[in-house]
Amino acid sequence: MIPELGNFALILAALVALILGTLPLLGAHQNRMAWVAVARPATSALALLVTFSFACLAHAFVNNDFSVVYVAQHSNSLLPLEYRVAAVWGGHEGSLLLWMLMLTWWAFAVRMLSSQLPENMVARVLGTIGLVAFGFLLFILITSNPFDRLLPGAAEGRDLNPLLQDFGLIIHPPLLYMGYVGFSVAFAFAIAALLSGQLDAAWARWSRPWTTAAWCFLTLGIAMGSWWAYYELGWGGWWFWDPVENASFMPWLIGTALVHSLAVTEKRGSFKNWTVLLAISAFSLSLLGTFLVRSGVLTSVHAFATDPRRGIFILIFLVAVIGSSLALFAWRAPKVGLGGRFALISRESMLLTNNVLLVVACATVLLGTLYPLLIDALALGKISVGPPYFNAVFVPVMTPLLFLMGIGPFANWKQASIPEILRTVRWAFVAAIIVAIAVPLIYGNWSALTALGILLAAWIVFAGAINFVGRVQSTRAGQSFLSAALKQPRSFFGMHVAHLGIAVFVIGVTMVSSFQDEKDVKMAPGESVDVAGYHFTFNGVKAVEGPNYVAAQGDFDLSVNGKFMLKMTPEKRNYHSSQMPMTEAAIDAGFLRDVYVSLGEPIDRDKPEAEWAVRVYYKPFVDWIWGGCLLMACGGLLAMLDRRYRIKSRATSAINTQAGTQQA
Amino acid sequence: MNRYFWILGAFAALVLLLAVGLGLNPRDVPSPLVGKPAPAFNLNVLATPDKALGPKDMQGKVWLLNVWASWCVSCRAEHPVLVEFSKKVDVPLIGLNYKEVRGDGGFDMGKMAADEEKKLAFQRANKWLADHGDPYKLTVMDLDGRVGIDYGVYGVPETYVIDKAGVIRMKHTGPITPDILGKKIMPLLAELNK
Repeated sequence: MIPELGNFALILAALVALILGTLPLLGAHQNRMAWVAVARPATSALALLVTFSFACLAHAFVNNDFSVVYVAQHSNSLLPLEYRVAAVWGGHEGSLLLWMLMLTWWAFAVRMLSSQLPENMVARVLGTIGLVAFGFLLFILITSNPFDRLLPGAAEGRDLNPLLQDFGLIIHPPLLYMGYVGFSVAFAFAIAALLSGQLDAAWARWSRPWTTAAWCFLTLGIAMGSWWAYYELGWGGWWFWDPVENASFMPWLIGTALVHSLAVTEKRGSFKNWTVLLAISAFSLSLLGTFLVRSGVLTSVHAFATDPRRGIFILIFLVAVIGSSLALFAWRAPKVGLGGRFALISRESMLLTNNVLLVVACATVLLGTLYPLLIDALALGKISVGPPYFNAVFVPVMTPLLFLMGIGPFANWKQASIPEILRTVRWAFVAAIIVAIAVPLIYGNWSALTALGILLAAWIVFAGAINFVGRVQSTRAGQSFLSAALKQPRSFFGMHVAHLGIAVFVIGVTMVSSFQDEKDVKMAPGESVDVAGYHFTFNGVKAVEGPNYVAAQGDFDLSVNGKFMLKMTPEKRNYHSSQMPMTEAAIDAGFLRDVYVSLGEPIDRDKPEAEWAVRVYYKPFVDWIWGGCLLMACGGLLAMLDRRYRIKSRATSAINTQAGTQQA
Repeated sequence: MNRYFWILGAFAALVLLLAVGLGLNPRDVPSPLVGKPAPAFNLNVLATPDKALGPKDMQGKVWLLNVWASWCVSCRAEHPVLVEFSKKVDVPLIGLNYKEVRGDGGFDMGKMAADEEKKLAFQRANKWLADHGDPYKLTVMDLDGRVGIDYGVYGVPETYVIDKAGVIRMKHTGPITPDILGKKIMPLLAELNK
């Protein structure tokens, strides 16, 4: 009964979404306020219905209702409760429903937090989201209904893929989807602006915090996925340039460009067309990512169930959403004014360079991701594009970007002077060079690439520090440094924290790829192995039992310089429901390094008490990779909470007149 | 024509590529077993547990080997197609019941004796066929999944087409749909039986 209610709520939601996607948009166009007024209540109703539907599916999982096909395929009565809840989004149908849930929540947030926006604008934004929601609801109802019944019901479910039975599943998809779907708000604002013809600084100001919020979620979601892969797959890798990873990385790159471009549009009224195009692109890439992942056109380690019917539906949806928004853009964009002028050297030009580099980076990822498909489509064979390509093209694009990040904050709007900037930051550069030469030498293996990574990271940190201190000093006016520093706007802190995050990330990547050490050895109980000064003694393997698996648990003593530090217990798990054994690595995480042991296979299958294949890793600074991402997201959060987004019309009207005079 | 239309052109090209891509199957990587002799086995027959059957008993015939288990949800989806097939087509369909007891999550294998497992497996498989119809000429029981390993089974159901010389000619992973049966399997069977 309850699954039918969920299904019914989903159908109702589709109808409400259709109303939301038509009446308010038409109303805003023809100035019929009664139709415009539909937007807010319809948004609330949509959010309520989808939330209810989602709760129904969760109820089926929690109560092991195996007469629902989706539940029977992705759950099992032995599955612990937290995974039964997370299993709701452990498969295709449920993850689409989660996508939908997030979309309606974002729309609801816009509805609640938009009291200062003109009603017509709100109607257009919510209406656009309504149309997207309608398309997705149709997709779910027609091709991927999670409430389909299995009659008679199965006695037992097939269980969740053991790879997914992890804390990562509980938080990675929700975070990632919040990011993906969050770009729909920036997209909806862009479409609303194009429809109304009011593409001004006020528009940029309204959509900026939403974009930043989505960007923060996406950053955290990607970082979480990377961390999950690192500890769960047992290969010690943190990024594989897999199509599904790329699908999340492309919107991130464009989203990062958008966050910066919006700053220019807000402050100077420039780059309007460009900003709108980025907003459309960011969401389009989220949809493209959904297509790539869900249609099965590319092979990936993320083995999703695929169905060509679904692929065709998403493709049609893609054409409708992206095609119509690009057509709208091509039609409206030529009429949009250019905004404030700026010199060749100015903050605008630097942010433009930042944008171009990020877009180029995204294009290279897109090319690498789609290239196998292109070759296949031209019947030239089946190939895969791997890390060597991405690493080769990514470093040259990122190097100037990271370098510019150091000087960008010093450049003035409109016109800046290079000699002046260079004078201010010269000591930062000298210090960065010293660090870049010293660090690899201390670690005992100098290479140009290592030095480059450290140089860029140190440069960002030092130049950022000079910028921060300089700005505080110039606004001090007799106060103590600390109180002047605390009075800086939150968005200024946000920028520096996010940039610091990039530096921390770069350090992590550089150090781990330059100085990691690993050994792949055969070990019998009593034997030991040394990696980077860490001494591992293998004490054998014992059988342990979990709720829905049995495992061989290795027992290792880790010691340094003859001193015992801790026991490490990696596991090889056999889930009852799956033929694939799962590796649970044992990781001793630290600020400056991780030590990582993972159990391979017994050398002789019938003698698990004898020798085992064992992999041990030493990963310096690896946690800085995710720490850096966390800092970036914190920076975004700070920027989003800046006071000026909460002050009402004052700034808006001021910017409007300013932008107006600049265009004249 | 305005200068922003190139964006639409680029998007159209991308859509074209994706549309072509949908018609291709990146996972259509031929199984290494296709073109090789079907790995030998000698397993107990479900209906007559004291008798055993292997690929050599099928020499001279074109036949299908279908891997199934009662715990496999997709097998249930596939089953009506197989039942229909067995009524219409005179090609022997041999079932390979794969890890009937071990594959199911609900049993603690550490506490189950071998003959107990065997008894339970036969009981469950028989009941399942009685409930849903039996399209198989015979079903053999792969209790521990060793034969499954030889055949490279990585997802149940799977189906193999084996020719008169005992060579695997096709492997299909996942449930057989009427579409796959009509467009791929039937033409191949007709050709092999010529």
